[in-house]
Amino acid sequence: METQAFQKIYTKITAVTKATCTLQASGVGNEEMAFVDGRKAQVVKIQGTEVTLQVFTGTEGIPTNAEVVFTGKPPTLKVGEELAGRFFDAYGSPMDGGPEIEGDEREIGGPSVNPVRRMQPSDFIATGIAGIDLNNSLVTGQKIPFFADPDQPYNQVMATVALRAEADKIILGGMGLTNDDYLYFKNVFDNAGALDRIISFVNTTENPPVERLLVPDMALTAAEYFAYEKKEKVLVLLTDMTLYSDALSIVSNRMDQIPSKDSMPGSLYSDLAKIYEKAAQFPEGGSITIIAVTTLSGGDITHAVPDNTGYITEGQLFLRKDSDIGKVIVDPFRSLSRLKQLVVGKQTREDHPQVMNAAIRLYADAANAKTKLENGFDLSDYDERAMKFAKSYSEALLAIDVNINTTQMLETAWTLFAKYFTKTEVAIRQALVDTYWPENEN
Amino acid sequence: MKANDKKTNGVVTGITSNLVVVKVDGPVSQNEICFINLDKSNLMAEVIKITGDKVFVQVFESTRGLKPGAKVEFQGHMLEVTLGPGIVSRNYDGLQNDLDKMEATFLVRGEYTFPLDKDKEWEFEPLAKGGDKVVAGTWLGSVMENQINHKIMVPFKMTEQYTVKSIVAKGKYKIEDQIAEVEDEKGKTYSISMIQKWPVKQAIMAYKEKPRPFRVMETGIRAIDSLNPITEGGTGFIPGPFGCGKTVLQHALAKQAEADLIIITACGERANEVVEIFTEFPELIDPRTGRKLYERTTIVCNTSNMPVAAREASVYTGMTLAEYYRAQGLKVLLLADSTSRWAQALREMSNRLEELPGQDAFPMDLSATIANFYARAGFVYLNNGKVGSITFIGTVSPAGGNLKEPVTESTAKVARCFYALNQDRADSKRYPAIDPIDSYSKYLEYPEAQKYLAENVGEDWVDKILEAKNLLLRGKEAKEQINILGDDGVPIDYHIRFWHSELVDFVILQQDAFDDIDSSSSMERQKTMMDKVLNVCHQEFEFESFEEVNPFFKKVINSFKQMNYSEFNSEKFNNFEKELETILAERRMA
Repeated sequence: METQAFQKIYTKITAVTKATCTLQASGVGNEEMAFVDGRKAQVVKIQGTEVTLQVFTGTEGIPTNAEVVFTGKPPTLKVGEELAGRFFDAYGSPMDGGPEIEGDEREIGGPSVNPVRRMQPSDFIATGIAGIDLNNSLVTGQKIPFFADPDQPYNQVMATVALRAEADKIILGGMGLTNDDYLYFKNVFDNAGALDRIISFVNTTENPPVERLLVPDMALTAAEYFAYEKKEKVLVLLTDMTLYSDALSIVSNRMDQIPSKDSMPGSLYSDLAKIYEKAAQFPEGGSITIIAVTTLSGGDITHAVPDNTGYITEGQLFLRKDSDIGKVIVDPFRSLSRLKQLVVGKQTREDHPQVMNAAIRLYADAANAKTKLENGFDLSDYDERAMKFAKSYSEALLAIDVNINTTQMLETAWTLFAKYFTKTEVAIRQALVDTYWPENEN
Repeated sequence: MKANDKKTNGVVTGITSNLVVVKVDGPVSQNEICFINLDKSNLMAEVIKITGDKVFVQVFESTRGLKPGAKVEFQGHMLEVTLGPGIVSRNYDGLQNDLDKMEATFLVRGEYTFPLDKDKEWEFEPLAKGGDKVVAGTWLGSVMENQINHKIMVPFKMTEQYTVKSIVAKGKYKIEDQIAEVEDEKGKTYSISMIQKWPVKQAIMAYKEKPRPFRVMETGIRAIDSLNPITEGGTGFIPGPFGCGKTVLQHALAKQAEADLIIITACGERANEVVEIFTEFPELIDPRTGRKLYERTTIVCNTSNMPVAAREASVYTGMTLAEYYRAQGLKVLLLADSTSRWAQALREMSNRLEELPGQDAFPMDLSATIANFYARAGFVYLNNGKVGSITFIGTVSPAGGNLKEPVTESTAKVARCFYALNQDRADSKRYPAIDPIDSYSKYLEYPEAQKYLAENVGEDWVDKILEAKNLLLRGKEAKEQINILGDDGVPIDYHIRFWHSELVDFVILQQDAFDDIDSSSSMERQKTMMDKVLNVCHQEFEFESFEEVNPFFKKVINSFKQMNYSEFNSEKFNNFEKELETILAERRMA
């Protein structure tokens, strides 16, 4: 860190805690960045001339006579076309050995979009995964998380979605990623030859946890640059928001704030909303879509993080291992995309809404039949057929390794309907049955 | 308010997030508004605590970059809204800034816009004349605002008795033009224009009497009107976990409720949901008047990513606008989605003030704050004998769907209607997911409301409501027995009881919010359907075994549902009714 001539250097720290240090300083602005003993820090509290700094890397080894220099500005990111294809740390500095970005400097965590200037999200995002496209269609400008247990392959699914979605830019915000997962993303993007449209901001488990707090804002500042100024379709991947929230609770705890539910800060809802609400469809054509990951502990969705998230995001996606086919599927019951009705049957084929609902209803019948079987009751012929259907449906459509377009998904569903059920059992509007029921099957 | 004409000034001495400490050089009041100078803009803030010359203010914007020493100017008044013609159809933020007047795509810190149109000319018609004795809230004249007859009143802040000295003749005037001059008893004259200001955290009391509400308000939603009716001036709340259709239900209320004006306060909720209202309401037609819905709708919108202190203000802003229109003798429906976000904003500030927390870290006075707010709704007799009302329905978003949390519990103590949204009903797509057993309307117990229903809907309407509710309860009990003892372990009668409740559930409770016909049901239609459903439940049918019960009632329900989907009393409707009669006749006991 180079100190500039006019900058005042302070050397008298009056108090140090695990994450913060306090000193006497004047002319300091709120949320300004500073360096304490060469480490990055941010102003979190000012009382008269007493300034409290949050030191991102922790305060281990900081002496009371450490040099403190204020930069005079909040955290910023230099934006420009050169961001594409690069990997950055939580402060927006390159971590791939490449040169610094020469571009416009932007404050991160900027203001929100005026609600009356937003457009209603309306563009279907195809991912090829039927569990998403068919049952929980995504729309540009939407924000949706995967609610997943830590052992589920959510990062793989997210990488797949990112590569298949026809986005102009994909921005990865990695918070507390293990080094292995970081390398996984890097390799997948590299091998797909998609690196030139991908930008990554990564905080790995090797980095201090408090640094994570900057990652979403960095990623979204870059996203706003491409979506608003360059009018591009931007997809932002945030993994893992539970680890982000943990960092919030660490900071609030060290600042002696009174915790609310699950020892999370009382402002958790606003903190998360500020990030997720950056998802927007701009009137000029660009859009920011956010797909995030919220890891659950033991599938508990009443925990403060998934609970607050559920109230903010437009639906959620659940992954589940289906023991019948031995593959991971997108759970059709618990997953929900709140914006799907804006596109299903409108940008996809007309029979989409009805086929989607009928298939899920029949899948539910199979689940009931299964319970019956487990409880030792006899199965009816219908039950048997429903269970066979469920297995095929899982294999051909719900599994996350499926990659077909929506018309093929609908055709597959009709084929399965015709194979296992009569027209009345499927109970879809007659006009659609007349058009789409495959006649050569029984 | 303090008696001091000189403005108090101060300087910033401390900053923690949006809580700022200011050292002042003169008197300040609790809740007074001040502006903090930052670069070229001024940030609006509100006083929330005073200790000596140290004043704690909550800033309605981000405080990034703010430095100690910044100049602060106190305004001598609390957070106020501007009241006058032109509020309807507008989109405001929580501080009543006109969002449409802001040009930029992104919100600009420190940008405040005037909430009304200063250049528009209104056709004013005087109602008072020279020599009239008037008080705050007296109607001086009126203008037409869309289809609303908007009254111009003596400002609520004028607390004396006055005599009208002059009033302008019928004609076109702008909102800031003087339309009347009044004189108090000491002979001092006051100029009155079409606009006035009022502090949002104080209730407007310009009415004579506030009786218990008794007139039932039609909402077109059967689960409300036919089971748990709400009154004009009544209060209700809708708690439910996410994904249960809270928002769809609120939108349905906004579209159909029989009110002159709807104020929607989007408090800390998703921006895309507000965008949906912005996009749909200009297109949707109000079935009662045939006019566009937005012509009777005002939106106060402070989405979840907008500054948290302004979120707290937004519900008060919405309520004050509602009170202003109530004083004009109008029926106002105020919807707030969600009051939990408001409570969370209170919690964030209480936390920063380092107050000792109550349950779940909410402030100790949460319960009182909520009670106070709900108390501002109500049905009133104005001083001129006319009536006005504010019906308030708030949603609550309980953490984890658990109703044993402070916001839900405090709300339950004051709101008289409870519309519990049930996750299981939502999962099985029984919409609206209003739980028929847990939900209630206390108004059904009010003798004056019972009398109103008897006179306006039907002599025995309340009895029918109670009977339908009882059928639902008995059905639930029967279902539990069947689940324990098995289908053939109970008498056939249990199955019939269960299917009676399913009949009420499917035909009356469930309603398709996305169907053109079913989405809104007139009171006459609801009455007819209730009679028909109860009539089926009164009849005795012959069944050999329990296996025959299910298909029979499924057929009955199907015919009823087709009736629900058909135009009332149309040929199609009548045909389905005939079909129903055939199904019933087959098994009816002689």
